[in-house]
Amino acid sequence: MSAKRIDQIARWTVTAAAGLILLVLGYILGSVLINGLPVLSWHFLTSRSSNLEPGGGISMQIFNTIYIVTLSMLIAVPIGLGAGVYLAEYARPGRLTSLIRLATESLASVPSIVFGLFGMIVFANAAGLGFSRLGGAATLAILNLPLIVRVSEEAIRAVPADLRHASLALGATKEQTIFSAVLPAAVGRLATGVTLAAGRALGESAVLIATAGMSSPRYLTFDPLASGETLAVHLWAVNAENSLSDAARIANGTAAFLILAMLAVSLGIGWFARRLDRRLAGQG
Amino acid sequence: MSALNTGRTAVPTQTGVGAAVRTRLRGRRRDTGAIWRGLFFASAIFLVISIAAILVMVGRQAAALFTQVRPLAFLFGRVWAPEHGLYGALPFLVGSLAATGLALLIGVPLGLAGAIYLAKLATPRAQRVMRPAIELLAGIPSVVYGWVGLTALVPFIRRHSGHVTGFGLLAAGVVLAVMVLPTFISLAEDALRAVPQDIEHGSLALGTTRWQTIAHVLIPAAWPGIAAAGILSMARAIGETMAVQMVLGNSPVIPAGLIVPASTLTSEIVLEMGSTPQGSPANNALFAMGLLLLLISLGLIIAVRATRKEATAGVRQAH
Repeated sequence: MSAKRIDQIARWTVTAAAGLILLVLGYILGSVLINGLPVLSWHFLTSRSSNLEPGGGISMQIFNTIYIVTLSMLIAVPIGLGAGVYLAEYARPGRLTSLIRLATESLASVPSIVFGLFGMIVFANAAGLGFSRLGGAATLAILNLPLIVRVSEEAIRAVPADLRHASLALGATKEQTIFSAVLPAAVGRLATGVTLAAGRALGESAVLIATAGMSSPRYLTFDPLASGETLAVHLWAVNAENSLSDAARIANGTAAFLILAMLAVSLGIGWFARRLDRRLAGQG
Repeated sequence: MSALNTGRTAVPTQTGVGAAVRTRLRGRRRDTGAIWRGLFFASAIFLVISIAAILVMVGRQAAALFTQVRPLAFLFGRVWAPEHGLYGALPFLVGSLAATGLALLIGVPLGLAGAIYLAKLATPRAQRVMRPAIELLAGIPSVVYGWVGLTALVPFIRRHSGHVTGFGLLAAGVVLAVMVLPTFISLAEDALRAVPQDIEHGSLALGTTRWQTIAHVLIPAAWPGIAAAGILSMARAIGETMAVQMVLGNSPVIPAGLIVPASTLTSEIVLEMGSTPQGSPANNALFAMGLLLLLISLGLIIAVRATRKEATAGVRQAH
């Protein structure tokens, strides 16, 4: 076979592989939405789930998911942003900095189920919280920290040095420069990163099963110490418990809702990114 | 400059009180600066504390098991029967390694092709479709992967294999292969793009075809980066829990084939963590499995760091 022919075949194979990847994505999204969208009635979204009778909805799971993701971001963003600022603006090459970087990378590689074990023993048992939204959110926050640290550091490093120099030349201290010049300039990228992290928290479940639990309080409450089953955990639990005749219907609806939420997050990220591009283009 | 200076001297506040206020303000400004600096540093240290706390807390529960069960009997024991005091984790370890190996066997060739396509062949328009698609694949929750695997892939395998259930390592490997694609493709594409263009141009100028350049020049030059992508995909696959648990069939024995119910370290932990009393040997054994996962992941991170060092050394040499 001539080199030209091999070249053609190889290119064709590689392109076909890329097409296959698109096909797999299309199949997953398509089958989840086709099976799940018909389930997503107003009734399904606004009624409570039941462990005993068919016909339950996911209202509490939606509430718990929003609650836990928000709380975990409230914990993780200040710490992650602070660490990002430290690594981008203060850290000098040395033992301590490489230790912090090693810790961040290691934390990013810890399997989520190990975070679940850790959260169970620390928050549910040692701290005596039992299954609680707070314990779930705190564990989720630690899981998400490395991602937030990385995007914060990258966002801060992407701010042009001129901006810092101008601020310092005006007599601002380093911290004033960070808060009034650097962070405002980095806000677009920070928002993108935080949305990405929130999207990941939205679908996380292994961390939450034994920290936030697989049940919801009997009535609507903002109590952080109440247990809180999220959508992703619910999708798993209705299958694992398999006590309901309509478990498949509920799972289909929950999966479709999760996919819609993920698509919304992706659109949000795209929107932030486009705005950012436009702003940078305006500056250039 | 001189105008500024005259402006300054013209203000008649160089009295004792004014100066004192000014020094105090400046002092306060420096204090808040120090506080912020301290908070930034504390946040960074919090990461070190977190990973240390995870190691200690998981390690402590695991150590409690090893006062009752010999570590080797845990690691290489073939029988998992807590009700008989047997805590052999080998079935789970074998399951985890087999599922991960299968995932890489399917995912790496597919992912490498995807990365080559994105880095070298795709038109800008095709890239605008592929990139968001890969991000979406990364964003799909693992329970949704598990649900699609359970409702579509497992029945598909059952129909075409003649096995009773369709559960097992094959289903887990296929699901994991799709799940590691985003990690592998984005890292491998970065590695391919990082190869200096002169090398590529030099090869093409010698009259090679596009594919000869890719296969004989580009991929070897990007190899350390591609290896790092493979190792990180391995870490992702071995730690994945929910999707795997949903398609494995969860039988705590060393599987005799690819289409029979099996278990992994992660699937066993998630199944039993809520139902075993804290402090019991069965519960501690789950922490020992968690520790095993933790050590494997940390080992993989160290391996990635080593390949990365090799990669930067290679680029330096090339220049």
